[in-house]
Amino acid sequence: MTDIQEAASENMAEVDNFKEDLNKTFPCRQSQINLLLSLFGQRHQYTYSSLFIYGHTGTGKTAVTTNILNHFKLPHVLVNCVECYSSRFLYEMILNSLHGNSVTESSDLVKCDNMNDFVRMFKQVSQEKGINQETIYIVLDKAERLREMEMNILPAFLRLQELTQQNVCVILLSEIVWEKFRTGSGYCEPFVLHFSDYTNDQLIEIMMLDHPTEYDENFYRMYLNLVLSVFQMVCRNLKELHHLAKLNFQRYAEPVKTGEATAEDTRKLWKNIEPHLKKALQTVYLREVSSSQWEKMQQSIEAGQPPALQGLSSRSHVELPYYSKFLLIAAYLASYNPAKTDKRFFAKHGGKTSRQSKLLKKHERASNHMLGPKPFALDRMMAIFYAVVEGRVAPTANIFMQISSLVSLNLLGHVASDDQIDSPKYKCLVSLDFIKSVSRTVNFEVMRYLFDFV
Amino acid sequence: MKSSKRKSKSSKETDPGETTSIQNIQDELRLRFSQNAPSPSLHGYEKERGQLFDLIKRTASTGESNSVLVIGPRGSGKTMTLNSIYNELIEDDNIRENLLQVKLNGLLQTDDKIALKEITRQLQLENTLGDKVFGSFAETLQFLLDALKCGSQSSKPILFILEEFDMFAHHKNQTLLYNLFDIAQSDQAPICVVGVTCRLDVIELLEKRVKSRFSHRQVYFLNNYSYENFCDICMSYLKIESKPVRCDFIKEWNKQVEKLSKDSTVRDVLQQQFQFNKDIRALHHILMYVVCQLNETRPFPTPSDFVEAMKVTSTDSKSAMLHGISILELCLIIAMKHLTDIYDGEPFNFEMVYSEYAKFAQKRSSMQMYEKAVVLKAFEHLLALELVKSTDGSGTRIQKEYRLMSLLIHPSQITDALQKYPQCPTEVKQWASTSVI
Repeated sequence: MTDIQEAASENMAEVDNFKEDLNKTFPCRQSQINLLLSLFGQRHQYTYSSLFIYGHTGTGKTAVTTNILNHFKLPHVLVNCVECYSSRFLYEMILNSLHGNSVTESSDLVKCDNMNDFVRMFKQVSQEKGINQETIYIVLDKAERLREMEMNILPAFLRLQELTQQNVCVILLSEIVWEKFRTGSGYCEPFVLHFSDYTNDQLIEIMMLDHPTEYDENFYRMYLNLVLSVFQMVCRNLKELHHLAKLNFQRYAEPVKTGEATAEDTRKLWKNIEPHLKKALQTVYLREVSSSQWEKMQQSIEAGQPPALQGLSSRSHVELPYYSKFLLIAAYLASYNPAKTDKRFFAKHGGKTSRQSKLLKKHERASNHMLGPKPFALDRMMAIFYAVVEGRVAPTANIFMQISSLVSLNLLGHVASDDQIDSPKYKCLVSLDFIKSVSRTVNFEVMRYLFDFV
Repeated sequence: MKSSKRKSKSSKETDPGETTSIQNIQDELRLRFSQNAPSPSLHGYEKERGQLFDLIKRTASTGESNSVLVIGPRGSGKTMTLNSIYNELIEDDNIRENLLQVKLNGLLQTDDKIALKEITRQLQLENTLGDKVFGSFAETLQFLLDALKCGSQSSKPILFILEEFDMFAHHKNQTLLYNLFDIAQSDQAPICVVGVTCRLDVIELLEKRVKSRFSHRQVYFLNNYSYENFCDICMSYLKIESKPVRCDFIKEWNKQVEKLSKDSTVRDVLQQQFQFNKDIRALHHILMYVVCQLNETRPFPTPSDFVEAMKVTSTDSKSAMLHGISILELCLIIAMKHLTDIYDGEPFNFEMVYSEYAKFAQKRSSMQMYEKAVVLKAFEHLLALELVKSTDGSGTRIQKEYRLMSLLIHPSQITDALQKYPQCPTEVKQWASTSVI
């Protein structure tokens, strides 16, 4: 055997070893890892000029790619396009990290602000560093952001091999499918690679990787099954599931700790944990409370205190001045009722409904709460306000002040028409549940006045 | 420059030992399928090539000015032909000494200022230009060209190759194009301007004053080869020319490739690809995949590699993404599909989708009904995946529940995804297949 072949077979053995390691750290990604390794090939071999890797969050796109690149110490640059939001940052980031400059020492940082210079300097740097005999990988994470930059950037990166005449491979990582990247012409199609999502069994297997050591493996597996049964319908994102499982585990294990139940008594444990998981679905999952707040809430419940108003309940609970509440109700009515019906609701002798208007009503029934709030003039809202508010209210500056503070609270929206200073238009931005709870506090039956629900 | 180095290296490795392994073949083929293929193998276009060759040669040898547009679809070999013409021309000593080449690319030189800098660099006139300040673009260019005149002799011929020519037409006032064509037409200096583009309507992009200075000479590269040609091209890409030192492995390799070319499965794959996309670059993708799968234990490609490659390159990515969304998100998509059917393609908003979903979930007892906020989060995930898109730009100040959206998935993709979806509840499947009208 010649040296080359010897080296090659040695290399093969190393690759096989590494594959095993990688499969252990990233279970269920075998086919993707194999494919990537075979595409990369030997260090000096050419590969596709660009790879496009897509898949859902948490399917290991970035992790697998960077792990392979790091392990073989292949010359590569990893750029997150969210960080490098302008083309200039992007170029400089790539050049500087190829150069081995750290960002802190600003003395000899490369400056580059257009594609032409980038290509020239890229050649220069790779020659200086002596890595032009190997494939240089440029990994662009969150590649969908590239579409928002100048229009020549994406096509140029896709044909960087041709433009630089170097052995370079651009890897684009994204959650969005490749079809959405094509605009106009000039695209060299990349090789498109899909990182498939995990099945439920695979999800459990992956989450088993860090089961708490003090508990039995089967016990934790059982728990994960329960978590999945609650969350899998709404969420198959590994990261979120993992987080939620970690957060609620203490709660699940508690009866075992205190001796109320044994580890085998799954029914009892399920009864214990189910309401908590359901509650977590409505709060933590929606990011209404942070995980630390959630933990605090759990603790205060344990301590027997009523939990502070947070999350879901706080959404429909806001303290407003008395007249503001009525102003808000008036605004809501003005937004969701057609102006024609005002007479019927608020005038003393306007209660007649002809057959024709009934028909009309049926047709419109679906629309108002479906299509969203309509803008209304200030005068109309004030008229409704005087009709619904109890007692006589003088139109003082105080009332009008409250309108503008409602706008600044984002409960009302100012509809853009700056030319009409004397009759501004507004829109009500609150939901039906919100307005219901507000009107309950002032003993006003808002549902009786809503055209959609009469 | 780089590629030639690589080539010499690989031949050095193979020749002495006479033991060409799969590694070397892989090296060569991978390079061949990359964008830097060193020795392009051209197919057809003899007439077009001859035309261009004569034109450029006239500029190079007799100092005649010319302008020409090379038009053809992507991957049809325009740039390759030009490169091979240039390489053939500079074999002549006289021409090599005289002819200068300036290569510009619309993707790199995004405005005329950068383009001018690049021209200066490629003509190696940075020092001559120095710190001089010029009034206009034309003056600068003229100065550059004058600088190339040596003594009393006429100036050296320059070959300008403008790739992605259509992008230069979008520069402000088309200054660069105007000046280049003007010089070519008024014979101020011997230059040959070759524009390369894939746009057939490129002439329409030029301003009147630019258009009138252009010679209107166009060469078309249309890849009108038949399926048989396509197969031959494919196999010629895989074959390795036998080196002077005869090597058994290469012989064996070529024999295997010959066998593949007769295999019915491979021909089926090629037929499918040919009907779908004639582009040679797309073919490269398939062949590159096949070559990448080889290793010492499996040194020859098999028909199943081709089938696999075809499968990988032609998967429907939207269906693949739909496979990974949750049941709730799937329900929302079905609701949207129904809404699009009912309202005949009119856009919808979240409230409509939610009420459609709520109707479904309340009817089926086994389906859990989720809170509106949870559903909204699922909806936003779909929005982030760009499976749903807002019809009136994101800048509007309408609340997100009422923003008008449209569905970007074809009904067939939804059916496809539903069939493949793991453990999809039957109710959901039924709901998807019921027609609402």
